Amino acid sequence: MTPISPQDNALYERLKEVIEETKSMRNPLIEVLRQAQDIFGYLPIEVQEFIAQEMNIPANKIYGVITFYNFFTMKPRGKYTINLCMGTACYVKGAPRLAQMMEEELGVKIGETTPDGKFTLSAVRCVGACSLAPVFVIGEDTYGRVDTRDKMSAILKRYE
Amino acid sequence: MSLKRIDLLICCGSGCISAGSLKVKERFQEVLADKGISSEVNIIETGCMGPCDYGPVLVIYPEGVFYKSVKPEDVEEIVTEHFLKGRPVQRLMLREEERLVSSQKEVPFYRKQVKVALANCGFINPESMEEYIATGGYEALGTVLTTMNPQQVIDVVKASGLRGRGGGGFPTHIKWQLVHDVESDEKYIICNGDEGDPGAFMDRSVLEGDPHRVIEGMMIGAYAIGATKGFFYIRAEYPLAIKRIRNAIKQAKEAGLMGENIFGSNFSFEAEVRTGAGAFVCGEETALIQSIQGERGNPTPKPPYPAVKGLWNKPTVVNNVETFANIPTIFLRGAEWFASMGTETSKGTKVFALTGDVNNTGLVEVPMGITLRELIFDVGGGMANGHEFKAVQLGGPSGGCLTREHLDVPVDYETLKERGAMMGSGGVIVMNDQKCMVNVAKFFIGFCVDESCGKCSPCRIGLKHMYNILDRITRGEGKEGDLEELQHLGETISRLSLCGLGQTAPNPVLSTIRYFREEYESHIRDHSCQTKVCTDLFHFMIDKNRCIGCSLCARKCPVSCISGSRDEKYTISQTECIKCGNCQDVCPVKAIDRIPGMHPDVLKQLQEKQNISIEE
Ligand SMILES: Cc1cc2nc3c(=O)[nH]c(=O)nc-3n(C[C@H](O)[C@H](O)[C@H](O)COP(=O)(O)O)c2cc1C
Ligand code: SF4
Ligand code: SF4
Ligand code: FES
Repeated sequence: MTPISPQDNALYERLKEVIEETKSMRNPLIEVLRQAQDIFGYLPIEVQEFIAQEMNIPANKIYGVITFYNFFTMKPRGKYTINLCMGTACYVKGAPRLAQMMEEELGVKIGETTPDGKFTLSAVRCVGACSLAPVFVIGEDTYGRVDTRDKMSAILKRYE
Repeated sequence: MSLKRIDLLICCGSGCISAGSLKVKERFQEVLADKGISSEVNIIETGCMGPCDYGPVLVIYPEGVFYKSVKPEDVEEIVTEHFLKGRPVQRLMLREEERLVSSQKEVPFYRKQVKVALANCGFINPESMEEYIATGGYEALGTVLTTMNPQQVIDVVKASGLRGRGGGGFPTHIKWQLVHDVESDEKYIICNGDEGDPGAFMDRSVLEGDPHRVIEGMMIGAYAIGATKGFFYIRAEYPLAIKRIRNAIKQAKEAGLMGENIFGSNFSFEAEVRTGAGAFVCGEETALIQSIQGERGNPTPKPPYPAVKGLWNKPTVVNNVETFANIPTIFLRGAEWFASMGTETSKGTKVFALTGDVNNTGLVEVPMGITLRELIFDVGGGMANGHEFKAVQLGGPSGGCLTREHLDVPVDYETLKERGAMMGSGGVIVMNDQKCMVNVAKFFIGFCVDESCGKCSPCRIGLKHMYNILDRITRGEGKEGDLEELQHLGETISRLSLCGLGQTAPNPVLSTIRYFREEYESHIRDHSCQTKVCTDLFHFMIDKNRCIGCSLCARKCPVSCISGSRDEKYTISQTECIKCGNCQDVCPVKAIDRIPGMHPDVLKQLQEKQNISIEE
């Protein structure tokens, strides 16, 4: 994804609507940020400043909130995000090994995006599929019990 | 449930969806349409039925036949054989010692379970309010609003003995009474659906599988304390739960079950959903309140308790999802009935997410007071793959590990606490003899280091220090005195931290030192991880007698540290090996083993390095 320019009007229009819709709520900042991240894919400084202005909240407060919560990211993400489960059930069933294989396969560390912008590798806590541990999720698809490099490469090849 | 001939319940809980239940459902729709019998079969997508290991699972009524591990390819057979000819497909049914399990009721996994909070999960369509009402839904609310005053409601909850299911086990009626008794123009009630324990999905399953039950429980609470506004705080990672609760609120409003003058009484109520944003500490009630107020989720000192000064400084009750889910049934079936289950101090049932190395992982609800042995070996079906039981971890990052000697202790708040674990919110992770306890302890401390909000230094700095010591131990650089230092630090952090996160974070370390001290000592003294989990404390060896010299391992080694020839066989240069395990995976004759202990070459290198740093 390319960084957003302030000219990206359609996206900002949608954000404006979101802010309008949440006007009736008390302290809706986190809701707005969550939806803003849905719209833009991430929360760059320009978007933060826009929200600050529209909602009349100091920009540094918004920055403080974004950096506190793991869910928010200020870096653009790849086309697909691979969420590796690092919950307890997955951890004891070999998630660290899976993470190591994934890092080798993609050539990036957890938290990074492949240079071609295709995959972002990230770690999450329990996705509720503990009986399939170790688990990773790409978009809506959950993959469990992947224990070799070959199986993993075959899965990643499906994403174009 | 319907006028159709057959009810087909497809589990669409997160485990079954991951295993492919939606594809099975689509296939059913196709095949039923093909055969022209769509109108005879009612397909119901339910919440989690529990036995996630068997996923995707289906139950077919009127008979109650239970099918497991159903694939799209199996659907045609189920339709022609079972639906059209009335002959259940035996190969998809469960067997118990060769005997066919003919209905869901007989599945061993369900036998010791008692479903209260989960009563409807896996039986009704969670998106249909009518189905909830058909099971007695909103009847309790109706009775409460039309025949009882708030104090009477609190008295029933008191008589039931219900305690909070979110971890602490605080008696629910005391909280309600406190807020009931204060005068205020506004009061709030909050449902805590943050479910931070990594490895647990109880609350999620209830929110997804039976959302109206949680709403009804919350409204009865709201009436009791005098709140007119409620908030569901649900973590952003649970989009389906958020959607289902929003949908259920909308339905309840449209039906007049929420809004002004409910059931013709003078009680009015509104509810709203707020989402979390991925911070474990926001499950703590004061941090959660900060988060709803749009702030960073830093806990605030207690007192003042939320019951006195909570959301927007108004008296507030915060209860867990499962706590609310118990409420309607307490009013329908009576406080005595509820209190008849469980132990002296812990009444009713508890939902657990049973995971790890047991045969039947999944979502279970059992009476309080059940022993760990029954939970793990009867409900859980025992250890998977013939391994031995080693430990069970309860209570997530705040909890502790128990061992074989505790298998017969009853599961109740006090007993678990005395043994160094805790009930927690319901994550139960069973571990076999292949698991390293030092590594597990490090995992939990690592989790809390990441999740500490950083407000107070014992938690922020102390936990990091504990992590560093554990990390050193798992790398073979442990020292005499490390265990004492860990214990000392742990006790200090517990005493001096502001919120429950810091106060309980050392528990996993303290409990494993208490019960698995030898394992720590062998890591420190012998540089050895007997379970071959800690990468620096075991090594790979090629057995020359078994090696056929094929060179496959050498070619797959990412750091090219395997050399040899067909005649000489292959060897690993130990100091370069990164323990990726590729060689072991590819060896066609399984000639490569994991040997506990640091290899002498590596140990020598490590000691030389340490000596140099000491001389410097
Ligand atoms: C670090 C920390 C995390 C917590 N996470 C949760 C949680 O995810 N869900 C929950 O219901 N309670 C959680 N609690 C407990 C809450 O603070 C609170 O006690 C609970 O929601 C009260 O509800 P109950 O009385 O119905 O159990 C957590 C507490 C601490 C200290
Ligand atoms: S104990 Fe830890 S998480 Fe809790 S307030 Fe202090 S620093 Fe924050
Ligand atoms: S474990 Fe990995 S690095 Fe070590 S010898 Fe085998 S393939 Fe090479
Ligand atoms: S711990 Fe990974 S899905 Fe639950």
